[in-house]
Amino acid sequence: MCTRSVKSKCAALLAALALLGVSNCAGAQGYPANFEFGVDANADDIARVAIAIGPDGKGLPPGKGDYATGKEVYETACGACHGENLQGVAGLPDMPAGAALRLIGGRGTLTTKNPVMTVESYWPYATTLFDYVRRAMPFQAPGSLTADEVYSVSAYILSQANVIDKTMVLDAQSLPRVQMPNRDGFIPDPWPELFK
Amino acid sequence: MHSIDSEGATVKAREIEEALSLIGQPITEGQAKDFAALEDCSCKQGMFALAATRRQLFGGTSLVAAVGMTGMLPRGAQAKAPPGAVEYPVQADPSKEQGRMMGVDGGYGSRSQFESEVRWANPSKSAAFSPLQNSYGTLTPSGLHYERHHGGIPNIDPAKHSLIIHGLVDRPIKYSLADLKRFPTVSRTYFMECAGTTGSEIMKAREPNVQRTHGLVSTSEWTGVPLSILLKQTGLKPGAAWVLAEGADAAVMTRSVPLDKCLSDALIVFAQNGEAIRPEQGYPMRLFLPGWEGNISIKWLRRLEVSDKPYYTREETSKYTDLITKTGKARIFTFTMEAKSVITFPSGGMKLPGAGFYEVTGLGWSGRGKIARVEVSTDGGKTWSIASLQEPVLAISQTRFRFPWIWDGKPAVIQSRATDETGYSQPTHQQLIAERGPLESGSLFYHMNAIQSWSIAADGSVANVHPLS
Repeated sequence: MCTRSVKSKCAALLAALALLGVSNCAGAQGYPANFEFGVDANADDIARVAIAIGPDGKGLPPGKGDYATGKEVYETACGACHGENLQGVAGLPDMPAGAALRLIGGRGTLTTKNPVMTVESYWPYATTLFDYVRRAMPFQAPGSLTADEVYSVSAYILSQANVIDKTMVLDAQSLPRVQMPNRDGFIPDPWPELFK
Repeated sequence: MHSIDSEGATVKAREIEEALSLIGQPITEGQAKDFAALEDCSCKQGMFALAATRRQLFGGTSLVAAVGMTGMLPRGAQAKAPPGAVEYPVQADPSKEQGRMMGVDGGYGSRSQFESEVRWANPSKSAAFSPLQNSYGTLTPSGLHYERHHGGIPNIDPAKHSLIIHGLVDRPIKYSLADLKRFPTVSRTYFMECAGTTGSEIMKAREPNVQRTHGLVSTSEWTGVPLSILLKQTGLKPGAAWVLAEGADAAVMTRSVPLDKCLSDALIVFAQNGEAIRPEQGYPMRLFLPGWEGNISIKWLRRLEVSDKPYYTREETSKYTDLITKTGKARIFTFTMEAKSVITFPSGGMKLPGAGFYEVTGLGWSGRGKIARVEVSTDGGKTWSIASLQEPVLAISQTRFRFPWIWDGKPAVIQSRATDETGYSQPTHQQLIAERGPLESGSLFYHMNAIQSWSIAADGSVANVHPLS
């Protein structure tokens, strides 16, 4: 309502200025609609940074990985923080609490006041696991794993979480088809909340 | 009176440069020459002690003491000065000798060495909280603005940084910082609040003071380019509905933003409080989405990808979603920070010296617009009185409220309750728990904006208290 009143005042002002022969109240020349700043981003520019993976698998790179390779990758790159049994390591200096580093378990706890929220119990899409591991893990060397290593370690984590079978090979086709246990656990924002 | 040739001036400049470097105050060669010239200017004979103590100043061991005597130059004992300050000698009577010269700070000022407010970092060093208990007015000094990082603070050379806008656009464009600065800009004073602020306080009072309960909120004046202008340059293809924003930090932080927000009040910000945005806040450029949880205003912004659907990134699924334990379902894409307020004085950890007059003061804010009113209770919520609001009250900005109070010296519980221009009022803890279910641990209770209570004991000590305990 306030905006409308301001708009109508502005319109009236513009009309008055037009009568006086003033063509533009913003200044002699006004602001252009287009600006010739910046350069065309070419395919290489974009490919260097466009690493996001959509839930439909859009953006997944070529490559593949399985449980056995993933176990090796995990033990080398992940275990120090996430723990041998994927339960998170407590008490690490300058790191989140052990519970926050936990990767598996927690199914059936989301309706309790102590929910255990892990890849297994909470994450809706397996593609998000791939995306996050590839962009931000391992913590000390983010972005250092190859596509095969990321597929492998994803297979290892999802197998340990009993989401996929140990024999499953993950690649750009199979990963988006993985059905996460909490796939339907998310609802739109109903805010603002109306409190009783 | 000194008179020196140019060779002598150069030698002197080098001496000064070396001496200042030794005491932890490196200056440029040019500045050293300026000092050398000043020192040998006949006009200042007798005005400064420096000339008389030159031998001491450059004599090695007595260097710091000599500098201290002069009152002109910063003392090297940086470790003794609080962060953001430089220790200078304290003058016995500052009206009886000249103060220090302009320029000894290298041209960028510092705060008084007697002021020591600092951010408090959590044990995992992932968040640093603003010291609200000693905040004044509504603006947060840039050096005290709250911080939240997921992969540390990257150190980015702006000359090597660019922002690429691509995806469902007609023309993908790459912008440098210099390109960005050529666009029409706007400056807006907005608060920013972390989605998790006060989340750990939902079930019980855990933190001792307002810095640690509420310190993940701050207010700055932000300057940048409306994102709508940039998206007009690239054009939008049919189906465009979301924009993925991505940072250049070690977390390569990514969030999906509805296109509507990008076309309304979203900014690409490169300045904060009148200077370049701080590295902790996303230097050289960040996304700024007014009124929304801080996490989505991606810092160190390197890429915006227009898409038809959200990406369901880690930070918008496994984190920053609101688990409703009543149902086991989680709310996703919960962006707005609703109305909230807190009394910053008196607040937890303080001690009132005795009964009598106090000006109760604090901050209110809402992601949906202006604060319409703040009420204060001094009897634990039984009765409420309107506090005065400091003008101007800005939308999506922190508003300072004040309330005169005569404390009778008896135990009291003080609270504040904000209502914004939409008519939404801050809920109680009980209302939030009833709406979303209890949450003891495992995850943060995001978007926690309950009314905060501070108890005041008969001895004047102030503590964080929870209505359910």
